[in-house]
Amino acid sequence: MRGLQLTDDQLREMYDWLRLSRAFEERLALLNRQGKLMGGIYSGIGQEAITVGTVYGLRREDFICPLHRDLGAFLVKGVAPGVLMAQVFGKRDGLSRGKDSYLHAGDTTLGIFGNTSMLGSNLPVACGLAYGFKLRRQDHVVLAYFGEGAANYGDVHEAMNFAAVNRLALVFVCENNLYAYSTPFEKAFAIPEVAVRAQAYGFPGVDVYGNDLLRVHRVAQEAITRARRGQGPTLIECKTFRWHGHSEHDRASYRTQEELIEWRARDPIPQFERYLEEKGLIDEAGRREVTARVERKIDEAVAFAEASPWPEGPEALEHVYAD
Amino acid sequence: MPTEAPAGAAAGEVTYLEAIRQALWEEMERDPAVFCLGEDIGVYGGAFQITKGLFEHFGEERVLDTPISESCIVGVATGASLIGFRPVVEMQFGDFISCAFDQVVNQAATLRYRYGGRQSVPLVIRCPCGAGVHGGLYHSQLPEAWFVHRPGLKVVAPATPYDAKGLLKAAIRDDNPVLYFEHKGLYRRIKGPVGDADTLVPLGVAEVKRPGSDLTLVTYGAMVHPALEAATRLADAEGVETEVIDLRTLAPMDRETVLASVRKTSKLCIVHEASRTCGVGAEIAAFIAEEAFDDLDGAIVRVTTPDVHLAPFSPPLEEYILPNTDKIVAALTKLAAY
Repeated sequence: MRGLQLTDDQLREMYDWLRLSRAFEERLALLNRQGKLMGGIYSGIGQEAITVGTVYGLRREDFICPLHRDLGAFLVKGVAPGVLMAQVFGKRDGLSRGKDSYLHAGDTTLGIFGNTSMLGSNLPVACGLAYGFKLRRQDHVVLAYFGEGAANYGDVHEAMNFAAVNRLALVFVCENNLYAYSTPFEKAFAIPEVAVRAQAYGFPGVDVYGNDLLRVHRVAQEAITRARRGQGPTLIECKTFRWHGHSEHDRASYRTQEELIEWRARDPIPQFERYLEEKGLIDEAGRREVTARVERKIDEAVAFAEASPWPEGPEALEHVYAD
Repeated sequence: MPTEAPAGAAAGEVTYLEAIRQALWEEMERDPAVFCLGEDIGVYGGAFQITKGLFEHFGEERVLDTPISESCIVGVATGASLIGFRPVVEMQFGDFISCAFDQVVNQAATLRYRYGGRQSVPLVIRCPCGAGVHGGLYHSQLPEAWFVHRPGLKVVAPATPYDAKGLLKAAIRDDNPVLYFEHKGLYRRIKGPVGDADTLVPLGVAEVKRPGSDLTLVTYGAMVHPALEAATRLADAEGVETEVIDLRTLAPMDRETVLASVRKTSKLCIVHEASRTCGVGAEIAAFIAEEAFDDLDGAIVRVTTPDVHLAPFSPPLEEYILPNTDKIVAALTKLAAY
């Protein structure tokens, strides 16, 4: 694809990340059905091209501020699968040491900010990270994610304006999966797409088909380059669809079967596989090899999480304050 | 610092307002990780002129004028703190912090906990607060109890220029989110000595402002001053000696100092300007009832604003609700009679 200059190895690597993200989340769904997980599991299955496409190629110092459905972003940015699995299990070796669930913890050494459940409230924090880089004259970038549902939360407006005024090296990634829990896009917006709002803040808004890995990656790289050059933020709206419900308990009866069938046919993984096949980078044997490798990693991650100890009760009292 | 500013401790007494400005100035000089952000704090010098001169000296990036976006301002401080900065937010009025409530109580307060102790959030939110200035309902509030109730936050409320400076410097160097409630009514009314550039007032340590053996009065912020007047008046008139404790930090609270005093005097009066129910006084009363029930010789007495909005605008209304020296004397007299 024009302008990307990805090597064959990089393309294979991106494919691995896609597959690992998918396999990880499929395993979570399975473990959940088996009653082995607690709390909400917010599947990003069907949306992996966005996280892999945007995060791949970032520097370690660059920051991502992912949302609850962006598990793959944590993997690509460097969290070990075992640690992430232990986090989901609520074990002591998780990012949060059992203090909070799922993707609320981050790791500053890896450039990951973990948000709260107040979706969209990560965007002001992303502004602070980017403002810090600006103060230090560093050209690191911050990628801040939100769903179209969160787009109507006030913090999103405040953050986009703040980022624009201060020309921050920030890329806003809107994952528009058409439903905010049960609420369809049309019930929450009187405009055809989120990206048009960027114009009102004074920076470019780009609408991209979010299930096309390389297209997402190219658009993200353009925005990242712009940001590193001090040209300010970009809003990228990635149109996609979540296959599962809002969380695993939700049967998502509010949407039609036709819709789901249509979007499952737009699975980002086979699309990218076809591209790799055309380039002669993968065949059936190669695909099986990736499957085996990915499954082995997931097995190891689950084994690590299962072996990780539960925190002791009194640990609940730790880490409220820094001393 | 500019020549019009008093040049530190040796120069003698400064206003409460100037003490805050000195703390900001010195900490920004000392540590390039410190920067200020808020509405109208740059060119204009802030609604109360506390950051006056900082913009010219430290530049527009470290004295950042922001859009009217309180939630974003606090979020920006949190984000910058993650990568080593020590931001100091100015809420133009403490009342406006409700617009940033989520960023304070969910984002900043919980961050260390949800990161399993692997991350610090060193930031300060300065909140000009307090009634008695004819500010009406949205320029008079004292919302400190909301934040005392939230673990993960530290809350301070200085009463004197010395503490205003020393506590702010300590707050800036602290690795936790600190809410700093500075009382507007004290800005230009109170003068006093301040410490030098290296003098800190540690967080979490109360001060006995006046020793006494008969009654204990616990207070903080602007109420320290009428409390001291009331204690003096009672001593002069009745010979009753009231020990006045200025909490200075509300979270974490210096319970030991309060407890030791109550064990000595057996009588406790709590005074605060904020409204009554679930105010800071409620917690003090509760822990004293738990820890020192056998030591008490009388009911615990509170002098607070009643449960009305702070603060009604018309002077007769505002004067009616606010605690003052007379009300405190009356409460202490009643307590002494037990």
